[in-house]
Amino acid sequence: MMAASERPLTAMIDPAAGPPDCATYERAGGWQAARLALGRLTPAEVIDWVTRSKLRGRGGAGFGTGQKWSFVPKEPASERRKYLIANADEMEPGTFKDRWLLEGNPLQLVEGMILAAYAVQAGHGIVFLRGEYQEACVRLDRAIGEARERGWLGENILGSGFSFDIHVHSSAGRYICGEETALLTALEGRRATPRSKPPFPQTGGLWGAPSVVNNVETLCNLPHIIANGPEWFAGLGLGEDGGTKIYGVSGRVAKPGAWELPIGTPLRQIIEDHAGGMRPGYQLRALLPGGASTAFIDTTALDVAMDYGSVEKAGSRLGTGMAIILDERTCPIGMIRNLEHFFAQESCGWCTPCRDGLPWVERLLDAIEDGTGREEDMEQLDRHARMLGAPGRTFCAHAPGAMAPLASGLKLFAADFAAHIQQGRCPHHAGAGP
Amino acid sequence: MRAEILALAAQELHPRGASVAALRLVQAHFGWVSTAHLREVADLLGMSADDLDGVATYFNLLFRRPVGRHVIMLCDSVSCWIMGRETLCAHLCRKLGIRPGETTADNAITLLPTVCIGHCDHAPAMLVDNTLHGDVTPASLDHLIATLRDTP
Repeated sequence: MMAASERPLTAMIDPAAGPPDCATYERAGGWQAARLALGRLTPAEVIDWVTRSKLRGRGGAGFGTGQKWSFVPKEPASERRKYLIANADEMEPGTFKDRWLLEGNPLQLVEGMILAAYAVQAGHGIVFLRGEYQEACVRLDRAIGEARERGWLGENILGSGFSFDIHVHSSAGRYICGEETALLTALEGRRATPRSKPPFPQTGGLWGAPSVVNNVETLCNLPHIIANGPEWFAGLGLGEDGGTKIYGVSGRVAKPGAWELPIGTPLRQIIEDHAGGMRPGYQLRALLPGGASTAFIDTTALDVAMDYGSVEKAGSRLGTGMAIILDERTCPIGMIRNLEHFFAQESCGWCTPCRDGLPWVERLLDAIEDGTGREEDMEQLDRHARMLGAPGRTFCAHAPGAMAPLASGLKLFAADFAAHIQQGRCPHHAGAGP
Repeated sequence: MRAEILALAAQELHPRGASVAALRLVQAHFGWVSTAHLREVADLLGMSADDLDGVATYFNLLFRRPVGRHVIMLCDSVSCWIMGRETLCAHLCRKLGIRPGETTADNAITLLPTVCIGHCDHAPAMLVDNTLHGDVTPASLDHLIATLRDTP
């Protein structure tokens, strides 16, 4: 039995020792889950366990993992080409959790992928890795090679009749590839524009075959769910959701970093106990709780439990769970301008409202921050926040994500916007350096 | 290299699935993707050059123009911005005598912005020829520039 750690995802990660090899991984409890699933569980049972574990997708959208898998056609892998894809295109600004898992324990991801592939009966595995993660690529290739050598990947794994192998696709840097249908388009060697749904990837994905795209952190949870049982996993969470979550904090806190904690840990505890609170001389003004595409919340919401439902009730989203802190000495309009520059640049350009609307927003924010903004610009920003922010007005979730920090910022920082326009300058010295 | 590209294509269900991998291979060898090379790769993958150029120009890490011997990619996303990347960028521009997107006259260094590189707990961060640097300061940049100028 695998040691039922309270921080299962990162228990084996030791930066000084490097990632565990197959033997070390096995001694620490690795491969137990793959042995159990391939030897004694049916694919349907694996899906059922994962559904009961209350695991929700850790990439940002938070869809139930077991439910996502349940839409895949049930033919055995030997009878139908299907794909299991690990989304390792971690490009949400402020997010550095998957890098930790990829570099720290790549075999855990390999085992998670075997379990997911077995559940949906996919014979083909792909890790879609962002091109900038070179070290992760080297370690992942080594782990996959070793797993293959030892019979954990390839034909007829453990004599189970199930065959599965993994290929690493090193991408070349484009945020929208994290969107699962754009990711599939990228794998087909095309400009990575998102696709219309239906067909959903589970029925018509890569090259038209049924495909499941799961985030790295999601997949890394699977060996622990199968080895220790769904009830154990569900019990790790403090609220509605199951398991632990990797939370992180960046910005002017004393100790920026990432920590594996029970899902539902209060935001205040993450910032004060783990990130060490604010640096001397700085005060917390507001924050994005889960990456660049989540809405700002202010200090009145610091006691929110960091799970999907609670953060939504507080007016934002859990997103990637990686918080970005705005201190009171940094200009909020400068911060929003930086965010919108990112979203405008990374728009794939497929649909007009996103392609033209986001640069328009950026130009308006440029003007306001540079001191040439006018009253009517506020109306225009508000209009964009409403029109681009509503789901269904653009082709995919990129523009609504981009509008989350803007719409919330227009409300929270109304006085700052007004001061910029009235004074014809930025009252802060934004991004002035350490 | 032609054999390597054909081998990459053979691993895919359809050859075009290897387009990013093939372009990355070309760039690893020549530093960037010239139009002549793009045409050759397109031929090998059974794509039109325009079709493949659509892919090549889509991705931030694929260069369709020559770059210097070294490429500094300074993160311009939100956590690094909060932690002072604008000051560092101005410092680099002054020291190198170029603007972002340009290459120094001695062809030693190209300066480019990059989106978040997932090193936000050590912001401001940058990639220098694929090597990650965190907690960057003006002093560490000065040291780095001197080293890069001396490195082939």
